[in-house]
Amino acid sequence: MKVRVYVSLKNGVLDPQGRAIHHAIEGLGFSGVQDVRAGRLIELEVDETVTDEALDAMAKQLLANMVIENYRIERVPA
Amino acid sequence: MTFRSAVITFPGSNCDRDMADALEKVSGTAPFRVWHGDAELPAGLDFIALPGGFSYGDYLRSGAMAARSPIMQAVIAAAGKGVPVLGVCNGFQVLTEAGLLPGALMRNAGIRFVCREVALTVANNQSLFTSGYAAGERIVVPVAHHDGNYFADAATLDRLEGEGRVAFRYAEAVNGSARDIAGVLNGTGNVLGMMPHPERAIEPAHGGTDGRALFESAVKGLVGA
Repeated sequence: MKVRVYVSLKNGVLDPQGRAIHHAIEGLGFSGVQDVRAGRLIELEVDETVTDEALDAMAKQLLANMVIENYRIERVPA
Repeated sequence: MTFRSAVITFPGSNCDRDMADALEKVSGTAPFRVWHGDAELPAGLDFIALPGGFSYGDYLRSGAMAARSPIMQAVIAAAGKGVPVLGVCNGFQVLTEAGLLPGALMRNAGIRFVCREVALTVANNQSLFTSGYAAGERIVVPVAHHDGNYFADAATLDRLEGEGRVAFRYAEAVNGSARDIAGVLNGTGNVLGMMPHPERAIEPAHGGTDGRALFESAVKGLVGA
């Protein structure tokens, strides 16, 4: 089954990439965008036997850096 | 006494040779060269260096993959026993990702890769790595990085400063690092991570020699002058 892990910067952590994207959006002439935060989406294809606990451990130990990032795990129905 | 040091090479390291050269020129003994896939370090090491570069292509996060490579388990164990570990640039990123140093190194605040000489101040000259400098001494050392923006929460920064664990600070704006931190020590003072490259400033042909005292401090402190 497919699992999506969304990794995003914690609130309060400055995001230089998000800021640059924001500037670029404004440079293209779009208005009304108040803030941009850039994150990362990691898709895993896993066996049914992979537990939520194991996914959580993968996220904590590798996929996200808990000093600066949060993560959210989503199992995608087939 | 012989100075037994090791330089770890990860796929994508590119300052490992400079680091080995600096260690050999200052200590008189060529370091062991250790590959990331090795499970063990040579016995009886006095010093371990994690060099700069772009290990694993900076995939996922700078230093993230290298921090989980087989040799790092041995480096973490050695650091725990008090063996001095120096991480420069990507090596600093690896040390934070491995949990040997607090904080994280994020994208430079100005987005751009920064490659130039920068002025630093020696914030702590009582450590194994910095005893050869004067307190507050201003030195010039090259930097070359994209992800050197040091981040830690306010409580951690307060603790680092309170315990004298900030080894070097930038004396000018470089990358947006919290409290201008350029290098930090672990709680026991045997692990130093820093973004600037002391190994690129050890002889006049480099354009400066301000990095040399770091290696001299370590060699003198570990095996005597």
